[in-house]
Amino acid sequence: MKLHEYQSKQIFSNYGIPIPSGRVATNAADVKRIAEELGRPVVIKSQVLVGGRGKAGGIRLAKSPQEAEDLATQILGMEIKGLPVHKILVDEAAKIETEIYLGITNDRSARKPVMMASSAGGVEIEQVAVDTPEKIVKVHIDPLLGLRDYQSRDIAAGIDLPREHWRLFGQIGRGLWKAYLSSDASLAEINPLVITSQNQLLAVDGKMVLDDNAIFRHPDLAEMRDVDVEPESETEARKYSLSFIKLDGYIGCMVNGAGLAMATMDIIKLNGGEPANFLDIGGGASSEKVAAALRIILSDSNVKAVLFNIFGGITRGDEVARGILAALNEVKTEVPMVIRLVGTNAEEGRQILSEANMITAETLVDAAKKAIKAAQGENSA
Amino acid sequence: MSILVDKNTRLLVQGITGNEGIFHTEHMLAYGTNVVAGVTPGKGGEWVLDGKVPVFDSVRIAHDATGVNTSVIFVPARFAADAIYESADAGIPLIICITEGIPVQDMMRVRNYLDQRDIRLVGPNCPGLLTPGEAKVGIIPGDISMPGNIGVVSRSGTLTYEVLYALKLVGLGASTCVGIGGDPVNGTSFIDTLGMFEADPHTDKIVLIGEIGGTDEEKAAEYIADHLTKPVVAFIAGRSAPPGKRMGHAGAIVESGSGTAEDKIKALKSVGVQVAAHPEEIPSLLA
Repeated sequence: MKLHEYQSKQIFSNYGIPIPSGRVATNAADVKRIAEELGRPVVIKSQVLVGGRGKAGGIRLAKSPQEAEDLATQILGMEIKGLPVHKILVDEAAKIETEIYLGITNDRSARKPVMMASSAGGVEIEQVAVDTPEKIVKVHIDPLLGLRDYQSRDIAAGIDLPREHWRLFGQIGRGLWKAYLSSDASLAEINPLVITSQNQLLAVDGKMVLDDNAIFRHPDLAEMRDVDVEPESETEARKYSLSFIKLDGYIGCMVNGAGLAMATMDIIKLNGGEPANFLDIGGGASSEKVAAALRIILSDSNVKAVLFNIFGGITRGDEVARGILAALNEVKTEVPMVIRLVGTNAEEGRQILSEANMITAETLVDAAKKAIKAAQGENSA
Repeated sequence: MSILVDKNTRLLVQGITGNEGIFHTEHMLAYGTNVVAGVTPGKGGEWVLDGKVPVFDSVRIAHDATGVNTSVIFVPARFAADAIYESADAGIPLIICITEGIPVQDMMRVRNYLDQRDIRLVGPNCPGLLTPGEAKVGIIPGDISMPGNIGVVSRSGTLTYEVLYALKLVGLGASTCVGIGGDPVNGTSFIDTLGMFEADPHTDKIVLIGEIGGTDEEKAAEYIADHLTKPVVAFIAGRSAPPGKRMGHAGAIVESGSGTAEDKIKALKSVGVQVAAHPEEIPSLLA
């Protein structure tokens, strides 16, 4: 789950990281009022969960409250990479001398958190890693000990930060570690961390990504979720604990198991079709869950056929088949359905499904081909 | 023969009285696995499954009373890391964690803690282990495989079942099937398992089932080139997965261009591993 800039910076501020004075608004009049209160030039920053806001015109400098209001009116009507702008952060504008990158993320390969910094701040760190990898300094943090003060100093020295800033930089490093730790983040980054013309360190922009698996212990952070960033179908799927991702193709996929679901998408593509979604209905596959999943798949008008690929394991094929049958009776549709049911009690399962109007397939390849054919039939009809 | 679990396994089930725990304990017993004890804090002294398995309040008490040498964990995600520490501190050398959804930061702490001790964790977010004919530890359906000489290692669940079943249909059996799990930080890697299969005299060929995310498959490819004499056949899921999206498993995500199926397939092919275009092709590549 991604947090907005203003949410991330608020968390940073709670842990002693200096951020610009500023507030969030949802309309232009409030933007003007905040700019008046700040009494200085302000930066108007659209709050959408995509990169490249600046290039898209979603971040603008306003010298007066009136200009702030005018710019806010423009920006609030914008869409940035398909996402509507609902919120604007109004920050006091900083006079920037130097831009630094500072972030903590999970290094899955080292199985440890890693703190990274670069003197090439203000640019996406992935880009720095490609263009000038020598400018990135990294230290791995022992997750049982936490960030050590000397590690922050090593980083400060590594990016040639003037010594006079080391103490405050150490405090910011500690704050960022605490923010990462206490929010169960998978990413906490300040980009840029700037040195202002008054020689102060200031976190001008911030970003946090939280671990969805840990949200249960952060009800306050869970409320910050912005569902604009995901298709409606994915929000709906989450309600039923379905793992669903919308894609651009035309063959709906209903599969038990994430790996098998990926393999099913792959095989559709391998045979010249395009999958409309990733969906793992999980082990049990009760009729309620199958029905919910089917409704979500069919809510996409691009879907011309649905492929069920079910492996009967502990949950036996006949039980899954009954679930599917009940779901089909509940969700009436003309979209052709192809089913491949294998594993334990698959034969019994197939017999149960023979009363449903489904195309059956023996192998995965066969199922994919039949689904593609069924979808084309639907197209030409 | 086999790796990790066999007929000498003395199994403890953590979370034995929960829905999942009791359901799968019954299946493990029916398969012939030597389940000797269970743990549910607060339910010590009870017996489950018609008096077949005693329940204890803690892992240490269960360990002292019954001499368990392996633990399988079915407790919910929010308590699972603690359950792993409990088994580790009781000195159980092999822990299999089935639980899905453990926070990554918890797993980083767990893994670094276990690395300082001589304890092997398999999983989490995995289907467990199956040594056909000897022991089933976890949730892999027993009847979809049979004893044989093929070592199977996988990050996935049902995709693995699919492959085991396809092998069985053509008369091929497994020495052991190891589900290492779909999380970004886990206990046992492909490399660890490949090393064990290489050393196991009854494993002749190996099937590796990977997926997008991370670089474990690439590391496995290097390891295969340097250390393996036995042939390896692989399948990598997720060639059609969009970047930046988590495909069900917490670890199945292409981030900043890293972890793509293409890279993994290329790395494996470059060291002579045959990579199947789809799972059903695997049995023919083993012939």
